[in-house]
Amino acid sequence: MARMKFLCDAERCIECNGCVTACKNENEVPWGVNRRRVVTINDGVIGAEKSISVACMHCSDAPCMAVCPVDCFYKTADGVVLHDKDLCIGCGYCFYACPFGAPQFPQAGAFGLRGKMDKCTFCAGGPEDDKSNAEFKKYGRNRLAEGKLPACAEMCSTKALLGGDGDVIADIYRERVARRGSKGAEAWGWGSAYGQPPKGAQGGVAPAAPAGGKS
Amino acid sequence: MRRLLLAAAVLSFTGCMEVEQVSSPDRQAGQTVRRDTAAWNNEPLAIGPKWKKGDRTGWEEQIKQRQLAQHEDRRIYQ
Repeated sequence: MARMKFLCDAERCIECNGCVTACKNENEVPWGVNRRRVVTINDGVIGAEKSISVACMHCSDAPCMAVCPVDCFYKTADGVVLHDKDLCIGCGYCFYACPFGAPQFPQAGAFGLRGKMDKCTFCAGGPEDDKSNAEFKKYGRNRLAEGKLPACAEMCSTKALLGGDGDVIADIYRERVARRGSKGAEAWGWGSAYGQPPKGAQGGVAPAAPAGGKS
Repeated sequence: MRRLLLAAAVLSFTGCMEVEQVSSPDRQAGQTVRRDTAAWNNEPLAIGPKWKKGDRTGWEEQIKQRQLAQHEDRRIYQ
């Protein structure tokens, strides 16, 4: 059973914004809404600048789905988190709940009036009839119904952004990491995410167990 | 007359009562929208990936094949 996921390789992303453009073009996303965006840290710092492309990550246990007061979210059989704009009231709870800032709200009027939420659909459309005009206008193109993958991942020039069945993209990424040798504590950012390796330990080598202690 | 007023007062008060809210273990998030069609229940395009309508396994297989285009060592075998 396929479980659709995105994975972005920070070692490969060159911040070209091709994925953002592909998404906007494919789904005719309105002005002011970015379903996908590229986030860069340490901008301009040589050797430390890293970028990743971020959108809805189609969480297995989606917090947006948990907090929605009108329960407009649903998950497809292949693990894509979608929502029904006919039910959405634009309250913004999902935006506060999402750790990736994926939900977007078009500014529909003055005084901060918000429109209905819009987000990445993994190019899977919405609850309207597949490949219909209504679906395209509300949610964008349904590429999965055409047997294709999301436009952002397929258009990525450096193949930094991988999209599709989680098992397959994990295999692609695993092979890539093994080939370039940057794995575990050798990977950039490992210390920030998981703590610094103990003094004396080199790279991914685990520290020696203390004498007499339990391993 | 007095009874009538009393009954009217009681009835008006019942309108102010809160409806009891009971949590139901059967009701979970993501259960309201049920009208989407699965991707594999579509006819494939005339030009493009092929699978039989309703054949989930076939659809998943061709998606996995298509994913190999994201693998620079294997894409040439497509």
